[in-house]
Amino acid sequence: MKIIAIDSSGLVASVAVATEESVIAEYSVNYKKTHSQTLLPMLDEIRSMTELDLKTVDAIAVASGPGSFTGLRIGSSTAKGLALALDKPIIEVPTVDALAMNMWGCPGIVCPIMDARRHQVYTGFFEFGEDDELVVIKERFAEDIETVVGMLNDIGRSVTFLGDGVEVSKDAIKRCAGVPYRFAPPHLARQRAGSLAFLAIKYYKQGRFVDSSAHKPEYLRKSQAEREHDRNSVDDGR
Amino acid sequence: MNSRAIRMGKVRILAIESSCDETAASVVEDGRKVLSNVIYSQIDVHTLYGGVVPEIASRAHIEKIDPVITSALSEAGCTLSDIDAVAVTYGPGLVGPLLVGVAEAKAIAFAADLPLIGVNHIYGHICANFIEHEDLKPPFMTLVVSGGHTHLVNITDYGRYEVIARTRDDAAGEAFDKVARAIGLGYPGGPKIDAAAKRGNCAAIPFPRAKVGDSEYDFSFSGLKSAVLNYLNHAEMKNETVDPDDLAASFQKAVVDVLTDHSVAAMRQYGARDFALAGGVASNTALRASLDAACRKEGVRFCVPSPVYCTDNAAMIGVAAYTDYLNGNFSDLTLNAVPNLAL
Repeated sequence: MKIIAIDSSGLVASVAVATEESVIAEYSVNYKKTHSQTLLPMLDEIRSMTELDLKTVDAIAVASGPGSFTGLRIGSSTAKGLALALDKPIIEVPTVDALAMNMWGCPGIVCPIMDARRHQVYTGFFEFGEDDELVVIKERFAEDIETVVGMLNDIGRSVTFLGDGVEVSKDAIKRCAGVPYRFAPPHLARQRAGSLAFLAIKYYKQGRFVDSSAHKPEYLRKSQAEREHDRNSVDDGR
Repeated sequence: MNSRAIRMGKVRILAIESSCDETAASVVEDGRKVLSNVIYSQIDVHTLYGGVVPEIASRAHIEKIDPVITSALSEAGCTLSDIDAVAVTYGPGLVGPLLVGVAEAKAIAFAADLPLIGVNHIYGHICANFIEHEDLKPPFMTLVVSGGHTHLVNITDYGRYEVIARTRDDAAGEAFDKVARAIGLGYPGGPKIDAAAKRGNCAAIPFPRAKVGDSEYDFSFSGLKSAVLNYLNHAEMKNETVDPDDLAASFQKAVVDVLTDHSVAAMRQYGARDFALAGGVASNTALRASLDAACRKEGVRFCVPSPVYCTDNAAMIGVAAYTDYLNGNFSDLTLNAVPNLAL
């Protein structure tokens, strides 16, 4: 099978075309946040360079969140448009799970962290099991970095951090960590559509895909207006 | 993609609109015939917040856009293989909502190997007049009024125009929303003021009709809005009750008078034979009646779309894109949302 994979959840825009056996093409740009202008031209470049016939694509995989709200929507609406026009399903891959896949085979805990602003990170805890499968220890969530490190201390195993949240979290990690830790090198530390594609193909074989109409990003956070409204409702109810 | 041969016969454009709080898609044939016009309105979602919340609007767009496009295609009896181009609003509007439509349209055009046409939302509103007025042809004069825009535009040819006037501050529709909020009518302000005004006396309160000093045609509505708010404050301090219907009627009359006067002056100056009203506020019954009467008096034909084509819709985008299609004026895959796109 052949899939197109898209990740525009953070600063990196990344597109890949992959089969079970190989990543045919992967194009990642970590430059400026103009995903809406770059994403499709990147895919177009891949198409012409690899002589890709879009009709031979079986599914569209997309980083489904968490991440930048706008970035997620650019990826999702691109995936939805492709899926609608090609009449193929969408494979939703959580962003942090795809990031963890970058660290395949890494011992200990893999902890992707993405900058979620408002003094929080989006994260999740992962490990690679005995059969080298990605195992989710704690599913994606949003939390402040001190609490996250505290939870990792409780687990008591060594941790590898990666993701665009590392930069803003480094000091807090150094201050709070009670377990051995390290940071992934730059070539593994950011979203890569090739890693996402590898996970997506596994999902597809398990029947985990949706119709393009049913797909929407998983933000892990309400909009500011909804949060304020909820807070006011609680205040009113006192 | 631009090398694609133009198919002979009927031209069908799939159009997508997501600039504010309506998710819309349409199939338009030969620039005039609407084969389908699907609109999902988010009004209910935003009523709770008293106005459009951009992040909530963006989230609603991405949930609805595929079902809306699929419905537009099936109601038109089409599949993508019957479509000749994909058109999309790329501005002006809210950036988050615009990006959903633009990314979706680009992906469909790319995957279906169709030309892509980026359309200006305000020009789309003007083109809504071509749908029901088959013999309307440039040149003609237009007034576009909505929540974000107030423009007098001289349409010289299809796709060619000259902006004669714009608002210096608030758009007319924005003033409606703000006044509606101030007198407790809520969102959306336009239809609620229109309904209240029908019950009130439009001569009850003498609100000002603003002139912009250095321009004969430009508009200003912030002074009127302040006059309304001051009037409410004074009444509150003096413990007087204000009849919201009278206030709505008097406010609306002030807006309608200014829009009508400037329109008539422009018609005379440019010797217009046809005048077209467009935009969300074109649904306002008092404005329609006033301009209709003024045009009659001037011997000018008055055109206005049905309310369904005045509200944000994709049919108008499909109509506007037709000229670009015929001229081979296509966008490439770098097309981006431009929130402040000028007319």
